[in-house]
Amino acid sequence: MRRLLFLLPMTLLLLLGLFLLVGLGLNPRLIPSPLVDRPAPAFTLPALEDPERRVGHTDLQGRVALVNVWASWCTSCRREHRVLSDLARRHDLPLYGINYKDERADALAYLGRFGNPYRWNGHDREGRAGIDWGVYGTPETFVLDADGRIRYKHAGPLTPERVQREILPLVARLRQEDP
Amino acid sequence: MIPQLGQFALILALLMALVQGILPLLGAQWGRRTWMDTAHTAVAGQFLFLLTAWGALTWAFISHDFSLEYVARQSNTALPLLYRISAVWGGHEGSLLLWTLMLAGWSLAVSRFSGGLPPVLTARTLGVLGLVSAGILSFTLFTSSPFTTLFPVPANGRDLNPLLQDPGLAIHPPMLYMGYVGLAVPYAIAMAALIGGRLDAAWARWTRPWATTAWAFLGAGIALGSWWAYYTLGWGGWWFWDPVENASLMPWLVATALIHSLAVTEKRGAFRSWTVLLAILAFALSLLGTFLVRSGVLVSVHAFATDPARGVYILALLLLVTGLSFALYAWRAPQVHGHAAYHAISREGALLANNVLLVVAMAAVLLGTLYPLFMDALGLGKLSVGPPYFDRVFAPLMLPLILLTGMAPLLRWKRSPPGELTRRTWHTLLAALAGGVVLPLAAMGSTTLMVSLGVGLGLWILLTAARDLYTRLARAGGPREALRRLPAGYWGMTLSHLGFALLVMGITLLSTFEQERDVRMAVGDRADLAGYTFQLRDIRPVEGPNWDATEAHVRVLRDGAPVADLYPQRRVYRVQRRPMAEAAFHTRLTRDLFVALGEPMAGDTWALRLHHNPFQVWLWIGTTLIVAGGLVAAADRRYRVFARRTANAQHRGEVS
Repeated sequence: MRRLLFLLPMTLLLLLGLFLLVGLGLNPRLIPSPLVDRPAPAFTLPALEDPERRVGHTDLQGRVALVNVWASWCTSCRREHRVLSDLARRHDLPLYGINYKDERADALAYLGRFGNPYRWNGHDREGRAGIDWGVYGTPETFVLDADGRIRYKHAGPLTPERVQREILPLVARLRQEDP
Repeated sequence: MIPQLGQFALILALLMALVQGILPLLGAQWGRRTWMDTAHTAVAGQFLFLLTAWGALTWAFISHDFSLEYVARQSNTALPLLYRISAVWGGHEGSLLLWTLMLAGWSLAVSRFSGGLPPVLTARTLGVLGLVSAGILSFTLFTSSPFTTLFPVPANGRDLNPLLQDPGLAIHPPMLYMGYVGLAVPYAIAMAALIGGRLDAAWARWTRPWATTAWAFLGAGIALGSWWAYYTLGWGGWWFWDPVENASLMPWLVATALIHSLAVTEKRGAFRSWTVLLAILAFALSLLGTFLVRSGVLVSVHAFATDPARGVYILALLLLVTGLSFALYAWRAPQVHGHAAYHAISREGALLANNVLLVVAMAAVLLGTLYPLFMDALGLGKLSVGPPYFDRVFAPLMLPLILLTGMAPLLRWKRSPPGELTRRTWHTLLAALAGGVVLPLAAMGSTTLMVSLGVGLGLWILLTAARDLYTRLARAGGPREALRRLPAGYWGMTLSHLGFALLVMGITLLSTFEQERDVRMAVGDRADLAGYTFQLRDIRPVEGPNWDATEAHVRVLRDGAPVADLYPQRRVYRVQRRPMAEAAFHTRLTRDLFVALGEPMAGDTWALRLHHNPFQVWLWIGTTLIVAGGLVAAADRRYRVFARRTANAQHRGEVS
């Protein structure tokens, strides 16, 4: 009995080791959004390209669409820019941008330099709409169904693998749901 | 050429570590003195080669040798010299090299100062240290060598993470690592004693200075990290219960338990198998800390260098080292019999309670840190455990611990008549608790139950320590005589306990009465906080060696009279383009004023964060005293006298 007590540290260690091993295979940065399967949060923002024009959540309904949160100061956004542009063009997906905590001039210069794949960009200078959308950091990409509900969220830059594996199958499914 | 030399030196160091890990252990088992003595040579060789590798890497940083992948990632031609030197440990590979260099340094110290130990015990201790070193060195060489070359050679490097470009952070990791790695020494001595099956008072006495020194370094490292977070992260906080902070706190809590339990084992021969367990646990938690920081299993603001592939290796090493140790423990420890009887109300009893509280506190921190991982691994969802959990669990565990800190030094070994203690201390306790009500009222104008308890118990430690010191001074016949006669161990303990008292009082007052405001200001605007007026007088650009900054000039006034001029900066480092807040503060004994400059807002206004932190500096004074106490205690003469005496005894034995 007394001997068993001395084995206790060993047993606890093995248990802990098992958890740590499993933990290595998990990604703690993968955060499911509470917004998934909810309607996109309401917002209206001045358009980046034309401050007089207002854009908002009502524009997002009717078709399966992508919403991308980006900023000119964000280097990962630059990395995903080409992936994002290809995705929108090749698969005829409307892509909307929320330009997050950015200066208008900087953002327009960025689009001028790297190309503008967005239908429109809402200029969220103070990050208010970002809060409603639960933005942790840029870039973040949301997939919306035709009813304007959020169906998928990806935090961090999009990679071609991620597009192939997750986004394209989902888009195909959503288009079937609501042709 | 020089980097290749470094890589070569690293390989030689690994070979030396293997020699050190194998020959002496076998020699001790088979009674071959020459094999055992190779340990000393191997330690010196290993240290020398690691120093060479270290020098080579440092030179590569100083001379901008971007042919090394690690240098190209961590440095830049515009990086100032100080940060080029500290950048050596700014990333994963270099911090491992630092880890191994320090382990070799500690091992060398063990080898040099082991004169008083039986040669078998020394050989086994160095052997265990050699095996640990071989494990970490092979990890460094095979998965994360800092000497990996890069082709084509880039014209410039990607620069050091701006967060790390700070004098506080240049010395925080070495201090912390000194502590982490230093805990390997008590661990190795415990393992050596377990292998030999002898856990006696000599073992405990030999371990004490090592454990205390490592504990002091670890404390200094944690305090420096906290201080750095306070003034660089720009949030005005000093502790966030972040996984990486917890990873350093856990071994510190266990090491604190260890140094107290060692005192009992040395003086009274009790708690032997418990002390060994603590020695193993403290080092195991150091390794766990390394694993958590380096593997990326937990999300942390500190995740500077994470890689899951390396995580598997560290996990394997962690399980191997601790698994073997606990197996040896389960096999050997039941044969050790503590035969010292003691009463519940005695110094042993109080120290046992102290140990239980500290280990439970560690377990609570461990649970909170790994809880998200457990839930995720079991598929029960993603969640995070925040400061509210830790605050709620930690504070109730600390209160009895503080009470004991004041009480234990007054208790006698073996048994203390309960009546005597209450008769001698009830007025002290009453005075302390009354002070706990009066002091916050006088300083801050209000109090709560928790504040009065915290401050009162802090005072309790101060008063009991003062009384104890007074009695001893009187007995020793005057302060000068006492300074000579009272052992350093006593002074060290008293210093650390006083530091702990200040820390407790500081944390209590600070966490209750701190005030903060986020304001939006244009030049000329004023904002009020805690009776002070903050006026934004100017905003101007400033240029540093590798950064551009916006600097605000904030004048702080009280009743119209200027108190301080503060110049917080918002820096953008040119290469990584990351904004960094460089907060400014004004410190007095009773409060810190803290201003951080935030983001620019519309219409030439700026976001500013203002803090009024009462008694903030008590935290730094308290931790400094705690660390100083550890160093003083470790320098106690009797450890050296003991070493010399046993050495002489041995010498005589050999002659006759």
